[in-house]
Amino acid sequence: MKLRTVSAAAAAAVVLALTATACGTGSDSGSNGDKITIGIKFDQPGLGLKTPDGSYAGFDVDVARYVAKELGYDEGKINWKQAPSAERENLIKNGDVKFIVASYSINEKRLKEVDFAGPYFLTHQDLLVRADDTSITKVEDLNSKKLCSVTGSTSAQNVKEKLAPQADLQQLGGYSECLTGLENKRVDALTTDASILAGYASQKEHQGKFKLAGLSMSDENYGIGLKKGDSELKGKINKALEKMVSDGTWDKLVKQHFGPSGYKNEPAPKIAG
Amino acid sequence: MFDFLDSGQYDLLGAFWVTAQLALYSAIGSLVWGTALVAMRVSPVPLMRAFGTTYVNLVRNTPLTVVILACSFVLDQTLAVTLGGKDFEEVGFRLAILGLSAYTGTFVCEALRSGINTVPAGQAEAARALGMNFTQVLTQVILPQAFRAAITPLANVLIALTKNTTVAAAISAAEAAFLMKEMIENEADALFAVFGIFAFGFILLTLPTGLVLGWAAKRLAVKR
Repeated sequence: MKLRTVSAAAAAAVVLALTATACGTGSDSGSNGDKITIGIKFDQPGLGLKTPDGSYAGFDVDVARYVAKELGYDEGKINWKQAPSAERENLIKNGDVKFIVASYSINEKRLKEVDFAGPYFLTHQDLLVRADDTSITKVEDLNSKKLCSVTGSTSAQNVKEKLAPQADLQQLGGYSECLTGLENKRVDALTTDASILAGYASQKEHQGKFKLAGLSMSDENYGIGLKKGDSELKGKINKALEKMVSDGTWDKLVKQHFGPSGYKNEPAPKIAG
Repeated sequence: MFDFLDSGQYDLLGAFWVTAQLALYSAIGSLVWGTALVAMRVSPVPLMRAFGTTYVNLVRNTPLTVVILACSFVLDQTLAVTLGGKDFEEVGFRLAILGLSAYTGTFVCEALRSGINTVPAGQAEAARALGMNFTQVLTQVILPQAFRAAITPLANVLIALTKNTTVAAAISAAEAAFLMKEMIENEADALFAVFGIFAFGFILLTLPTGLVLGWAAKRLAVKR
């Protein structure tokens, strides 16, 4: 008798779970009705960050807002969705998001899977060092240094294979985890895209502690990822990006989000079309 | 679909070898530590019992990621404890073994305790009546039988441990999950193939473990 109650409860739980998933899949078309779903990072200060009060802030987020507005979607009609690096291609292919603005560097492998509008930002791999550290002035200095980056990231692989194979490289789960070691002098520098580093250096609790070394060790062109073959959307987004640069919004946003770190940004890149 | 493996860019075997080493060393560490813990938990000294119980309940209810990251943040980055590792990869590897052993030891302890419960109380009483002290009763009479009864639950712990080693990627240990992250970053067009390779690799590691230890459990069980 007892077994029967248990199995009945289990069956009920399974049914519930199934219906719940069915509900969940109802609104996955990227832009259904009058709403649009945009993928951003939730955990990168300066680019895409979910703030404690539930709103979103950052350069990527503001670019996404501007583009969405040009496409006819006001702030209230945007669904923000988290787009972690490893899931970006699948989110686009499955139609979970209409487009992704999330420090998404354009490269060959990714172009096989998705299309890119833009680029809307050009940045380089750089180093974040303690504000009083002047021992790193060129790439060759790195071989005797302790560096930190995110496990498996392109920046980490660049260091290991090309830039400084002899450097002692620590790889942790996230950039913010590297900051502890940098503050405690366990590592000498944190390395990844300058835009991401500038975001951390500009945070209130870090202002004045860290600075960018200003080495340009790679070129990263950030694009807006969208479904392969959707040339209509690509054209519209490119037009919006062009307008953003020509009406001065682009300059204003770059200053607002990266300014406090003293990051010298590149001029707006030319859109590939 | 799997052509990226031919590029020579990825050392798949090497990465799984590190995983196997992590699992092996942590298994030895947690077996030793788990045995010590279970001895404390059944000992006649109240202070040792209290320590054993508190430690097991505290550590086994802490997420493994927290244990491993604590090893990195507290021991390495703040206190500069490196366990003699020369570079970050080595330090991460050693700290991961420390964290995994500390964590898995609690599960080994509880598996052994269930094994101890299979030994009839009369045996301990008889041993004491013969004049053996606590250590002798435990090491000569109880534990040998407890281990033989606990092989199946210990095999479960070992399989879980093998898969848990993937958490070590978070602190620079260059094992399988670490290589997987690199592959995911580079091979955006073959995500599912990458996942498939690593899932298969772990099955290759854990399936034989389960089969061999299942067979051993049957062979070595104490017939009562």
